[in-house]
Amino acid sequence: MAFNHKHILGIEQLSAEDITLILDTAESFKEISLRPIKKVPTLRGKTVINVFFEASTRTRTSFEIAGKRLSADTVNISASTSAVVKGETLEDTARNLEAMKPDIIVMRHSCSGAPHYLAERCDFSVINAGDGAHEHPSQALLDLLTMRQAKGRIDGLIVAIIGDITHSRVARSNVYALVKLGAEVRLCGPGTMLPPGIERLGAKVFNSVDDAVTGADVVMTLRIQQERQGKTMLPSLREYAMFYGINPERLKLAKPDAIVMHPGPMNRGVEISSVVADGPQNVILDQVENGVAVRMALLYLVSGGDKLDQSAQ
Amino acid sequence: MKILITNGRVLDPAHGIDGNFDVLIENDRISKIAAGIEANDAERIDAKGCLVVPGLIDIHVHLRDPGFEYKEDIESGTRAAAAGGFTAVACMPNTSPVNDNKVTTQYIKQKAAEVGHTKVYPVGAITKGLKGESLAEMGDMKCAGCVAATDDGHPVANGEIMRRALEYAKSFDLPLISHAEDLSLVGDGVMNDGFVATELGLRGIPWVAEVAAVARDVMLAEYTGARLHVAHVSTRGAVEFIRAAKARGVRVTAETAPHYFTLTEDAVRGYNTQAKMNPPLRTSDDLAAIRDGLADGTLSVIATDHAPHHPDEKNVEFNLAYNGIIGLETALPLTLRLVEEGVMPLSDAIACLTIGPARALSLPGGTLEVGRPADVTIIDPEAKWTMDPEAGQSRSKNTPFEGWKLKGLAAFTIVDGRITHRRS
Repeated sequence: MAFNHKHILGIEQLSAEDITLILDTAESFKEISLRPIKKVPTLRGKTVINVFFEASTRTRTSFEIAGKRLSADTVNISASTSAVVKGETLEDTARNLEAMKPDIIVMRHSCSGAPHYLAERCDFSVINAGDGAHEHPSQALLDLLTMRQAKGRIDGLIVAIIGDITHSRVARSNVYALVKLGAEVRLCGPGTMLPPGIERLGAKVFNSVDDAVTGADVVMTLRIQQERQGKTMLPSLREYAMFYGINPERLKLAKPDAIVMHPGPMNRGVEISSVVADGPQNVILDQVENGVAVRMALLYLVSGGDKLDQSAQ
Repeated sequence: MKILITNGRVLDPAHGIDGNFDVLIENDRISKIAAGIEANDAERIDAKGCLVVPGLIDIHVHLRDPGFEYKEDIESGTRAAAAGGFTAVACMPNTSPVNDNKVTTQYIKQKAAEVGHTKVYPVGAITKGLKGESLAEMGDMKCAGCVAATDDGHPVANGEIMRRALEYAKSFDLPLISHAEDLSLVGDGVMNDGFVATELGLRGIPWVAEVAAVARDVMLAEYTGARLHVAHVSTRGAVEFIRAAKARGVRVTAETAPHYFTLTEDAVRGYNTQAKMNPPLRTSDDLAAIRDGLADGTLSVIATDHAPHHPDEKNVEFNLAYNGIIGLETALPLTLRLVEEGVMPLSDAIACLTIGPARALSLPGGTLEVGRPADVTIIDPEAKWTMDPEAGQSRSKNTPFEGWKLKGLAAFTIVDGRITHRRS
């Protein structure tokens, strides 16, 4: 099958077949990163601009490396959203970038819907690297790739996602992707962190973290964002760790071969104890490694790479 | 100067009149309503197939003048109002400077007299600078022409201030208009709290933010015996609370806006900033309750909350976009849709645009009476048209109804016997 998406705005718009194609493509790219010369000419002459309106180390570096390993010219721009509020509008920023003829813009923005805004107005492809509390598609895809490698499948897996679902774009994208591929998704967090109607996306909501984790194949714990919990979401990090933190005792409720995932950056001792984070069940660095391959696949597919290959044959 | 309106269906809900009559206007007054009037020297308007109704009144409009003339001014705003069939509008005080003093009120009245296409009733601020801290000079503003007071857009957060404002305004028989929102519950929300907000990853504003504030202000009105008008009701809870308060005799009236009985939060999908407003569009359940409230008279007023904004203020990320939409030129056809959909009979729908708002703020007009000023709207209820904001009279174009196929428009708008709008 061919990949027919000009943009990657979210998992919501992708079919199960699209997701599988992305994961298969990523799998095939993984070995490039293991070569002594980690570069193929696939995207030579393509220009990728990483525009990050929100701080990011992992995702931006991952996208940059992904582009470089495919020989694309990658440029990074950081801009704080506050500067944008005061100065140039997003549309003007987009028009200026467009004038430099990029092929792909990878964008992170604190406002949900900002990549959609860009995609509606510009000619280039847009890859959403995280928009507000909406979606973070490349993170969900690398999570699925990691699960598939560890478990051999997605269909039928029980995946427990624990933490601040309300503010989490990672959770939303994972729910969309996992439900499409047939996994059972369980969500758990304190009531202040469960958004209304989330179960309508096909996930099950659990009040008790122990119930959510029991029998799970995958335990994914989300970062508690300290800048947010300081307000009214949580009494204290201590209490969060007591009731929602993933520690060895809780992990015992999951399947014996369950894997532990975290999108990073971790707050050790809060949402995840160090024993678990460094323990044998953790696949956290596999997630990071897979991130490069998934982003290579996204850049490749959005560029029409699969179609180029077919026409060459 | 005489105008004879013939062959129309005269509908005056306040007097229960609904029949085929001619209406004769002499100078600025209605001089006769009867069948078969002869007046050879009059300009004749053939209103065959049309409704002849009291001039429509919109008691919730932002004319943006003084201070934000790039969005709208008194001339363009009242021109849009006349085109929408309105003969009078009440304008909100969140201008720059704020209309919290006699001089600004006088400016608005004077400019409206010079360039306005409708009557303009200024609404003053409850508190100085809309800051919610100290009372504005409501008595002085009333003498200068204000018909009510509100801190619209900036709810009076402090219960003590709202209590004293009601007590004070009562001395002047000045109704207060409540923009009912508990801001602590609104937080940094940008749309209705619920499943759609969850899906879109946008911060939600829960319905309880409105209902809690309505409850406080209605109970303060009950406690003080003062008059309260609740602006732009958007929730089931508010409708139910107001219904119960009216039943026990509290002096409260309430309005809703066409978007709240026409659209739901689903309109936000795609991060459509034209569907961003305050209060936010709610659920289909709220929409049904709003329609019930209109049908049983709990909501006796349809007002537009006409809120013009420049394209630059809407063409941004959803979180950053300004709240509000223009509404003067779409209110009438959207109200007529309620009749077509069986929500309420035609006379009740017209009442919500005429006698309902007139009574809520004790304004003259809202009826057709011999000897009274000739504020008359002639409606062609069957005219079909497609909403094109560029063709509208407002200086601003921010509307979620672009491209909608609408039915019904103002064929003529007549203010004090002067034709201020004719269908083109």
